Amino acid sequence: MTKVDTHNSIPEKHDGLSTESRSDQFSKGNKLELKLLLRIIKMGFAHRYRMVIAILATAGASIFQLFIPRYVGDAVDNAQGLLALNNSATTNAEEALFFAAFMIVTLSVARGLLTMLQNYHGEAIGHCIGYELRVAFYDKIQKLSFDFHDKVHTGDLITRGMLDLEGVRMFISTGVVRLAMLIVLVGGATALMITNDILLTFLALSFVPFVAWKSSAARLRLRWLWLLMQDRLGVITRLMEENLNGIRVVRAFTAEKYELKKFDIASANILQTAINRVKVRVGSTTVMSFSFFLAMGFVLWIGGQKVINDEISVGKLAEFLAFMTILQMPVRQIGMLVNSFARASTCGSRLFEIIDRVPNVYDTPNASELTIGEGTLKFENVSFSFTKDNRKVEVLRNINFSVGAGETLGIVGPPGSGKSTVAQLAPRFYDVDSGTIYINDQDIREISIESLRRFVCVIQQDSFLFTASIENNTAYGNPWVDDDEILSANQASQFHEHVDQLPLKYKTLVGERGVSLSGGQRQRLSIARGLVTEPAIIIFDDSTASIDAVTERLIRKNLDESSHTRGTIIISHRLTSLMHAKEILFVDKGEIIERGSHEQLISLKGKYFELYQLQTRSGSNGVSLKKGRADC
Amino acid sequence: MNGVIKKSSPLKAVVGSQVSQDEEMFGRAFDGRVIRRFLSYCKPHTTMLLTAILSVLIFTSTQIAFPLVILYAIDNALVKGKLNEGVLEICAMIFCMLALVNYASNYYQESTVGKIAEGVLVKLRRDMFGHLQRVSLSFMDRTEVGRLMSRLQGDVNALQEFLETSVFAIGDLVLLFGIVTALFVLNVELALLTLSIVPLLFIVRFIWLPRARAAFIKAREANSLANGALAEAIHGVKTVQGMVREDVNSELYNKRAKQNLLAHLRAAKFAQVNVPIVDTLTGTAMAIIIVVGGQQVLRSNLDLGVMVAFIFYVQRFFDPIRSLTLQYSFMQRAMVSGQRILEVLDVPIDVADKRDAIKMEKCDGTVEFSNVTFGYEPELPILKKLNFRINSGETLALVGPTGSGKTSITALINRFYDVWEGSVSIGGYDVRDITQQSLGDHVAMVLQEPFLFTGTILENIRYKKANSDLNAVVSASKAVGAHDFIEALPNGYETILEQRGANLSLGQRQLISFARAIVADAKILILDEATASIDSYTELKIQRALAVLLEGRTGLVIAHRLATIRGCDRIIVLNKGEILEEGTHEELQKNEGLYARLYKLNYASFDDAST
Ligand SMILES: Nc1ncnc2c1ncn2[C@@H]1O[C@H](COP(=O)(O)OP(=O)(O)OP(=O)(O)O)[C@@H](O)[C@H]1O
Ligand SMILES: Nc1ncnc2c1ncn2[C@@H]1O[C@H](COP(=O)(O)OP(=O)(O)OP(=O)(O)O)[C@@H](O)[C@H]1O
Ligand SMILES: [Mg+2]
Ligand SMILES: [Mg+2]
Repeated sequence: MTKVDTHNSIPEKHDGLSTESRSDQFSKGNKLELKLLLRIIKMGFAHRYRMVIAILATAGASIFQLFIPRYVGDAVDNAQGLLALNNSATTNAEEALFFAAFMIVTLSVARGLLTMLQNYHGEAIGHCIGYELRVAFYDKIQKLSFDFHDKVHTGDLITRGMLDLEGVRMFISTGVVRLAMLIVLVGGATALMITNDILLTFLALSFVPFVAWKSSAARLRLRWLWLLMQDRLGVITRLMEENLNGIRVVRAFTAEKYELKKFDIASANILQTAINRVKVRVGSTTVMSFSFFLAMGFVLWIGGQKVINDEISVGKLAEFLAFMTILQMPVRQIGMLVNSFARASTCGSRLFEIIDRVPNVYDTPNASELTIGEGTLKFENVSFSFTKDNRKVEVLRNINFSVGAGETLGIVGPPGSGKSTVAQLAPRFYDVDSGTIYINDQDIREISIESLRRFVCVIQQDSFLFTASIENNTAYGNPWVDDDEILSANQASQFHEHVDQLPLKYKTLVGERGVSLSGGQRQRLSIARGLVTEPAIIIFDDSTASIDAVTERLIRKNLDESSHTRGTIIISHRLTSLMHAKEILFVDKGEIIERGSHEQLISLKGKYFELYQLQTRSGSNGVSLKKGRADC
Repeated sequence: MNGVIKKSSPLKAVVGSQVSQDEEMFGRAFDGRVIRRFLSYCKPHTTMLLTAILSVLIFTSTQIAFPLVILYAIDNALVKGKLNEGVLEICAMIFCMLALVNYASNYYQESTVGKIAEGVLVKLRRDMFGHLQRVSLSFMDRTEVGRLMSRLQGDVNALQEFLETSVFAIGDLVLLFGIVTALFVLNVELALLTLSIVPLLFIVRFIWLPRARAAFIKAREANSLANGALAEAIHGVKTVQGMVREDVNSELYNKRAKQNLLAHLRAAKFAQVNVPIVDTLTGTAMAIIIVVGGQQVLRSNLDLGVMVAFIFYVQRFFDPIRSLTLQYSFMQRAMVSGQRILEVLDVPIDVADKRDAIKMEKCDGTVEFSNVTFGYEPELPILKKLNFRINSGETLALVGPTGSGKTSITALINRFYDVWEGSVSIGGYDVRDITQQSLGDHVAMVLQEPFLFTGTILENIRYKKANSDLNAVVSASKAVGAHDFIEALPNGYETILEQRGANLSLGQRQLISFARAIVADAKILILDEATASIDSYTELKIQRALAVLLEGRTGLVIAHRLATIRGCDRIIVLNKGEILEEGTHEELQKNEGLYARLYKLNYASFDDAST
């Protein structure tokens, strides 16, 4: 049925997400982090065959690689053996050399092929996960209701959908696969070396615990820094995006310096975090390398003594050292590994926060299709409030009205009185706090949102146009519409005349948000877009405010012809736009304070009458813009 | 039937932008000197850079020295017959000392390079951002913000990723040279033999590179298309939901995402085919050393230690090559990104201050258009030979049908664009002769679309004058009738506005943008439909306040509702970019032209209804 008080669950933090402070989040992070990483890995395992290949290839490649030092050792021993024997049975030993060389080449080729498979499939899994997340993210964005989008900055969402997604995607290839490789290498090396000499093995691996400890410490620091960085990047993204979107305001007020100052502050924060991150990363990776080389030094020393004491051969020592060289690269990459884990967990938490979010307005389980019938829209005792800074601010109180097919309802009222909110409630962009909205006697919460919105169309007050052609914009609500209908919709909204004189006609691109159109042209295009969907109830939310009287009159005339089958709500500040309505509501502070037909309201001599007078007096009784000067 | 979708025609829908090649927007700024230009960013850090290079050299030397120490130890302490007392201990000690030096130089080098790199990145972003503050609006009109953002953030991020994962790979390149030198010093013949396979690597690269690069560029493009579509969905989400486009969009987006996936899989394949080749070459090199070197050892032409050292060197030699291969995608991205960043920096600034631009200290407030012709697209003039003048202290009203060019006139006064012909002057100066800063100081404007920034209401209102006090802000808000509703908000003037002021009604946003213009306190005030979304009652109050405010200022008022412009000194009626009529209300009434018709229509309907 109706949703349960979801407003309270909307976080109060400014970005509308992540209610907890960073440190809170951090303290209980560990368990969450594990869960999150497991979730990503599980997504990876959904691609079973790739995963199996990747794992087998990783194991195979590492094992082959581990056998290479053995043959290197053999070769050294053989060469040395030959030295010792001096020239007698050379062919035998030469054969052994050739064999070692052959084995090394074979192993290298095999290892190369397997590494290729490992890397390719590791990356492929990452890309597949990326694809799944991308689609899931996109779908969720489209489903999350208005209350969510009101609070979350688009820049924030874009960062999540682009950068955070990358962080998660790369986790499989740079995190999981590498970690697996490291484990197999170290484990395999241990197993192989330990059969040769236990003490040397311990020495050779003495750096491992240190590295493990160091890297987990670094991971924590890094995770914290990633969180901080993400926040700060968010700030600068928002700043830049708004600056570019509002470029006309910036230029009109010559605020470039001010904007740059803001930018510099945000930028300095980022630089500081970035440098801290470099410090942590470099500090840990270099000290890890150091421990590795120390271990190698000890192997040389103790191993050398063993050679001197004839406990092992030079070849064996070379083998140990070759093992260590193999480990050198992965050890150096531990830094990346750690980074990858830290990044995946922060990015993952930000990404899944959106993907897991439940929209506050959703279909009830057995929502039925709307049957339109008479098409009467009825508000019954509707109250509604927005949540501002965790406080509810009532915007509408006890609104009652109904509009039937062929009828027109007008709504007037001062700015912020709640007119647009009425318009948003009818297609259920928000759910009412109390009261009910009916269409054809069906509670709109019990019918499917899709069918509801197909029947109820709002021409929004600030129209959003897509960066596409005029044709595609007009057909937005019904992309299968044919050219004739596009034409007639644009004719009805008086936009056709302008389109017709453009070189590309309906294929003309309108620029971002319609920048290449004038204010009135944007509004007319968005009216045409609404008309194409042929809704049963259409709500014009002040959608002729930037249109001159002559044009508006023509539009109204065109619309009148088709309006006897549909219910119309007109919200306007211009009384001429709605005075012909059957009923007019005067809304103030969320309440209907006057209602009736134009004539009734005039004779009421209240607020509406006051407006009427202001708009009809041709200025002689109005104010002059200049004190003491004659009116025009 | 109402609301029912019939699927008769082909789908007229796309998600995301249609222009796939950014080049169309930015032109080819790439001048082949990318690296040199990036190096110029390092200039301020020259000393740091030099010390870093020094430590890279030290670091590399230690890397090369490790196998040498092992070599020495084997040859002088471990091989039978050459057991020298104490040599092993000394070698081990030297090895550990080397490790320490290695550590210190490594730390210094990596942290310094990291620091410099981060500094350069931040500087790059700032330069791009600063540059975008100056490029002309006609460029900005053509370019989607998302595309710019993807350069400001995405490409900078790609460079950053590259640095984090591959900075040591660059150090490794130095190591390559060191190793080659060491090999030759140890044994020229064996070195030549071992390295004889390297040209093979070049041949392979030569065949592979162009294909791989094409695949990478394709992947990057697919990625940017998918991201563009995502950004569009995020920005237009309310329209998407209102128009029930979710399913169609999901389907289209799915296709885009799938293309992106396939392109990336292909690129990944290309990145990886190199791996077995490099590995095979490594193995071959080692085999050569073992066979050839082993035989030489056998004939006592070579010390065993040298052979071992060769093996170590060869392994280290191919390590960087391998890691560069593995990180090829990062590198490729970084290259492309670097170029894309430079392209932004190279966007020409069409509307710039003249070299000898005057700083206009005082302005008497006159505005004059003489013979102005202007348009946005070539061959399509919007304003045609426009002539008019607003005298100091006068208030002029501009009316006319939608799309007649009113907003364009205001844009020219602000010099958002340069005129094609004729001139626009302010206070007697051609706007092209004065600095843009001083021009902005004398013109304040309420834009047709009230754009507000995320931040408090207070910050928004005192946008132009960041240090003006609360009193000025409050009195401006009172003048436009915004004070009451602001006070009623839970946090008053400290209330934080969401993006574009989404938590206010449109009329409220307009009032704030109005107050913002008043606080700017300029000589010329332009009101472009400043009260279109405001009821007449509030408007009346504003007009009363304006009467005081406009005292001594020049005003330009644009409105469709004719009641808005009552009280203006003079009215200009614009149609299709030309002045149709000009005069006072009475004069125009008498004229019985467009104005009279508009005027009648503004009120005629009332007559219809009331009679
Ligand atoms: N950035 C732009 N790029 C291309 N064409 C533009 C651009 N801005 C405006 N136009 C075109 O220039 C003409 C005049 O636009 P302008 O915004 O000046 O009209 P207006 O008189 O302010 O109209 P309205 O009353 O609807 O706001 C219109 O036909 C419009 O399509
Ligand atoms: N998303 C939102 N979050 C919080 N408050 C909001 C939100 N949208 C609107 N409001 C508040 O709700 C009230 C009613 O807004 P609404 O947009 O319905 O006004 P309106 O009558 O349409 O005004 P206008 O004539 O200016 O368009 C206003 O006080 C506004 O500040
Ligand atoms: Mg509204
Ligand atoms: Mg305009």
